[in-house]
Amino acid sequence: MPETNRTIQWHRRLADKLATALAVICVLLVMLPLAAIFSYLVIRGIASLNLAFFTHIPSGSPGEPGGGMANAIVGSIVILLIGSVIGVPLGVGSGIYLSEYSRGQFGRVVRFTADVLNGVPSIVIGIAVYALLVIRQKHFSALAGGVALGIMMIPTITRSTEEMLRLVPNSIREAALGLGIPQWRSTLSITLRTAMSGVITGVMLAFARVSGETAPLLFTALGNQFWSTKLNQPIAALPLQIYIYALSPYDEWHRLAWAGALVLIVLIVATSASVRWVASRGFAGGAH
Amino acid sequence: MAQPHQPMGSAANPGAIGEHLRVVPRRSSKTSRLADGVFQGLVWICAACVLAIVAFILMELIKGSSLSLHQFGWKFFTGSDWDPVNGNFGSVPFIYGTLVSSLVALIIAVPLSLGVAMFITEMCPRSLRGILSYLTELLAAIPSVIYGMWAIFVLIPLLRKYIGPVLAKTLGWTGLFTGPMYGGGMLTAGIILAIMIVPIISSITREVLVAVPHHQREAALALGATRWEMIKVGVLRNARAGIAGAIILGLGRALGETMAVTMVIGNRPEIAKSLFAPGYTMASVIANEFSEATDDLYLSALIEIGLALFIVTIIVNIFAQLLVWRVTRGTPRRASA
Repeated sequence: MPETNRTIQWHRRLADKLATALAVICVLLVMLPLAAIFSYLVIRGIASLNLAFFTHIPSGSPGEPGGGMANAIVGSIVILLIGSVIGVPLGVGSGIYLSEYSRGQFGRVVRFTADVLNGVPSIVIGIAVYALLVIRQKHFSALAGGVALGIMMIPTITRSTEEMLRLVPNSIREAALGLGIPQWRSTLSITLRTAMSGVITGVMLAFARVSGETAPLLFTALGNQFWSTKLNQPIAALPLQIYIYALSPYDEWHRLAWAGALVLIVLIVATSASVRWVASRGFAGGAH
Repeated sequence: MAQPHQPMGSAANPGAIGEHLRVVPRRSSKTSRLADGVFQGLVWICAACVLAIVAFILMELIKGSSLSLHQFGWKFFTGSDWDPVNGNFGSVPFIYGTLVSSLVALIIAVPLSLGVAMFITEMCPRSLRGILSYLTELLAAIPSVIYGMWAIFVLIPLLRKYIGPVLAKTLGWTGLFTGPMYGGGMLTAGIILAIMIVPIISSITREVLVAVPHHQREAALALGATRWEMIKVGVLRNARAGIAGAIILGLGRALGETMAVTMVIGNRPEIAKSLFAPGYTMASVIANEFSEATDDLYLSALIEIGLALFIVTIIVNIFAQLLVWRVTRGTPRRASA
């Protein structure tokens, strides 16, 4: 008996080691592209970045050296601002509704729909906004791009706001109401204030997520080779410009695309990293 | 599964605050009661907007595609001829491309994601846990267009020079890896999609694994199981449904992914057995041809593809959510965010 027992043990131990080794290999295989992407972005990006990138618009003829993406950077900022103006209030508002007021069926339907909206492919949102704004206005516009990004921000913000507000203990709400503060004041100045850093975290994550979106801008904002900050005109955007330049046959445009990609990823990683940092210290103190 | 009728997030459910509210004496003045009503109305409108947006998207898609719906009917989904010049539209090549590229992505991504999730929740030292989950989530933060660009300049040359020939030599007999490799194609799209969906599958799997009650693990260990046996019997078996949900959510993402795929798949409406061959997906045909579509029927056909994509991803997502809920319900959501 001890004989067989030992052989079983041996097999089992081997299986255990094997499973651990496989899991480690999986982790390494996943980290490999991450490291490769970031190192390429940093190496090629830094080599391509210069002051002109931030101050110039694309040079006149295709592939000609020089030029930058100043108009695309500004364009991205404009579109993201429009998106935030639409997405943040609607998202936070419906988050408040779900956490503070919803009882019964309607809340469940909204929650579910927000999850559905979160899964809608971004290109489909682009089509819908095209039908809503571009066809009616008869031209592509910064406004349409902003609306598309705003719609994409809503579900993320809604769900994270709801989750953060739910973490606020009921005793705080009861204390506020017990002092005779009307519920809307209590919700805004006590409950929302308590969960503020968590809510901001959600907003920033949504912002970071849409700032790299290209597909919904393809036929809403369209892109623009020239300076434009007009809301009813086509406008350049960083991800759009990267897309066009990366697919072009010119080395000079490839260079600009790498530089643009580096700027974009630094923006996104910096946003999400600072959010993590704020969330790790801010919220724990607020809710408990 | 233990408490099937427990509502979500029951522990500190402020949704129940209404009951407390009723107890508060109504000594507030008329104006503040009015303000309360206005505020509640405002946030209700915000919530209703979420519903309205989804309804609106669906409506616009149906309206926009009505021309093509009438003209082709079901033939739209069985015809494989995509000929804008003669006004003949069949979407089979795009459906095929979407399914095949997503399938390749799943085949690569699922084992990797499960391995990563298992390692992070069950095997790795506590100090590594945070940094590893941060790094995998960083993959999700990279914009699609940057994935596409990286694939064009780094992955495709690599595939063409080293990996492609090896695959052709060893697995060429399957017919999946034959023919010339131009670079872009189904395989490249599948690989890049795989990298993009790993963070989703692994983070949801992690959430599901964390939700498996601890006593399951302890019971397995108490019976003398090794760590792997404990994971197999105590954790994975209990989390099956949730893991399936995570995989399907990854599928949903892969189906709708646009930019990276458009940049590498080759964009040709052909159906080829070889994964080296170029293809086309539903999302990428919209991205490429939408702004060039001049006549109404062409545009309407593209919108109908969008409609199909919308409906499919919604069904896939709903199904996946239900599976994930089955496992995580009853435990606090997001024990580790």
